[in-house]
Amino acid sequence: MTDLPQGRYVDDAPYDPNADREALERPDLDAPNWLLIWRKFRRHRLGLISGIFLAFSYLMLPFWGFVAPYTPNERNADHLYGPPQMVRLFHDGKLIGPFIYPMTAEADLENFRWIYTSDYENPAKLEFFCTRGRYNFLGFIPTQRHLFCAPEGATVFLWGADRLGRDVFSRILYGAQLSLTVGLIGITVSFLLGISIGGIAGYFGGGVDWFVQRVIEVLRSIPELPLWLALSAAVPSHWSPVAVFFIISIILGLLDWPGLARAVRSKFLALREEEFVRAAEMMGAKPSRIIRKHLLPNFSSHLIASAMLSIPAMILGETALSFLGLGLRAPAVSWGVMLNDAQNLASIEIYPWTAIPMLPVIFVVLAFNFLGDAMRDSLDPYSHH
Amino acid sequence: MEILRYAVFRFFTMLATLLVVSALVFFIMNLPPGDYLSNLIAELRSTGQDSGVAKVEFLRQEYSLDQPLWKQYLIWIGFWPGPHGFSGIIHGDFGWSFEYDKPVSEIVGSALWLTVLVNLAAVLFVYVVALPLGVLAAVRSKTWVDYTSALIGYLGLATPNFLLALMLFYYGHKYFNLPIGGLMAPEFEGEPMSAAKVKSVLVHLIIPTFVIGTAGAAAMMQRLRANLLDELSKPYVETAKAKGVPPIRSVLKYPLRVAFNPFVADIGNLLPSLISGSVLVSVVLGLQTIGPALLTALKSQDQFLAGFILLFVAGLTLIGTMISDVLLALLDPRIRYGGRKR
Repeated sequence: MTDLPQGRYVDDAPYDPNADREALERPDLDAPNWLLIWRKFRRHRLGLISGIFLAFSYLMLPFWGFVAPYTPNERNADHLYGPPQMVRLFHDGKLIGPFIYPMTAEADLENFRWIYTSDYENPAKLEFFCTRGRYNFLGFIPTQRHLFCAPEGATVFLWGADRLGRDVFSRILYGAQLSLTVGLIGITVSFLLGISIGGIAGYFGGGVDWFVQRVIEVLRSIPELPLWLALSAAVPSHWSPVAVFFIISIILGLLDWPGLARAVRSKFLALREEEFVRAAEMMGAKPSRIIRKHLLPNFSSHLIASAMLSIPAMILGETALSFLGLGLRAPAVSWGVMLNDAQNLASIEIYPWTAIPMLPVIFVVLAFNFLGDAMRDSLDPYSHH
Repeated sequence: MEILRYAVFRFFTMLATLLVVSALVFFIMNLPPGDYLSNLIAELRSTGQDSGVAKVEFLRQEYSLDQPLWKQYLIWIGFWPGPHGFSGIIHGDFGWSFEYDKPVSEIVGSALWLTVLVNLAAVLFVYVVALPLGVLAAVRSKTWVDYTSALIGYLGLATPNFLLALMLFYYGHKYFNLPIGGLMAPEFEGEPMSAAKVKSVLVHLIIPTFVIGTAGAAAMMQRLRANLLDELSKPYVETAKAKGVPPIRSVLKYPLRVAFNPFVADIGNLLPSLISGSVLVSVVLGLQTIGPALLTALKSQDQFLAGFILLFVAGLTLIGTMISDVLLALLDPRIRYGGRKR
């Protein structure tokens, strides 16, 4: 730097006109697309937290059997409707590690309910890496090892027990496996249908387009739930729980595609007129290749965001169907099946913990909404808000 | 006149859609293997009551269940003569409920009106709540008003309807002494209309309306907020402000009107979800709408009852959408002309 009078400066380096011409107008945009998206996404703190929460929930799915102290259908006849128990650390002011006070049930024959009293004299220390009920680790390795469990003669119901004395906490963990995957299978079905049907309509236009549009209008005008009910009522009652699970997820996806197809169609209509599509056509590319290689990548990110926003609808749909007794059936465990138990006012008043499965439902649905919103905002890195 | 022609055109497309929907509904009703009567016959045979079988066989013929499926459909709708001449839904004969052993019209009769009432109340609720809150959230964006309304909206969106219903029900009864269950106090059932009965129905409507409407109101509010925010950032609003137009007037005069358009157009998306919600909530709260009847009919394969209810629910949505489309065309001339060219 050279100092000039009146506080002005001049750079000593020789001036290079080429460098000036090559300089980027917006250096902050000189990065691969995914990095730009990530930079923008990072700023949505709520969306980021939601994304981490969801990733954690899904990645942990195979391991929940290990974390849960009980197996999902393990009954505890002595602790029907047992209230939640707290894990404590201090007994009589002394630190003795995580323990619980054992409960004993007494029948109240006047009101016909169980009265539970905790035994505050004999703390029962929790065991770790103990062997209890048999389950399949990762779904195929039979084992009896659990992360933690109650010692003999005591129970550990973190969130209480239900009408058959089954642990609500363990059932919620197992229920996540079905409740969370229902949305994934459903969205896959919906995606395949929506993209192919919407793509065909948008690419070819004309009569096909007209027909598809009428079908979409008809399907969108029918209330979803009654139709879901009717379709699930048609599932034969003798099918295995796994088959029922798959067919229910497919039913949920079957009614979701019209919205997606409509979005895909309008994007196609706009993109079809672009020069790069015409160029590809002239070079002899087949329609399927143009759709896959040139059109879909242009708005795949938009599609992912809209998928994030329709998964919660399916999770709620499964909950509603199972709640009404037309969705998944016992012995399958899902959040909706569990809420089926909380169907009457009495259980909400006397045993409020049977309604706990609604918390994970609310959290997951909220998380998907926040994540979807954040993604939709950050997918176009060149826009400014 | 233009608008009248559009309304007529819209009416006929609605009829056509309804026809397609009826075929779809009939197809779905016949998806499960067997039907109510053949299940009944199997049951009678297995318990050795062969005398009953003859009666059921008679019913089968009476309701044309022995015909091929496409013919059954045409008879059900009323395009084809049944055993006793033309008598289908378009002639006002809604079929026979095997489960209740009564005509369908007798079972659903009063429930139909209550269904319409509950849904109308929910639509009203959505507008009454979403309009002021949406405007407020946009005008006072990024303040606690905005954040609180967004939070409530998100919670409404994420909480399963039926649980919200149960919770509100319990707490509404406990703290506000709101009545539990049903759409009117038991002593008014089957009574003629009176001021006391209307009041009873209104009090019973509070919780269901709230539960059914919340999710819709939340979505509507968010959309109004986004539209209004877009509009408020335009230069003409700034000009108005610079010229000294009072703040309320500068929002209401033009920006709100422009932002209002999607508000009306959205009823087509709103209605299906509202009606879905009302079916679910009716089952949980035991409202005397068609919701509970639909559930029992579906579970016992009572096909004419279930089919009629499904058709009615779809029809309700279609009529609502049609009305909103015509209203929208009245409100915004661009749509009237734009719609033709497509």
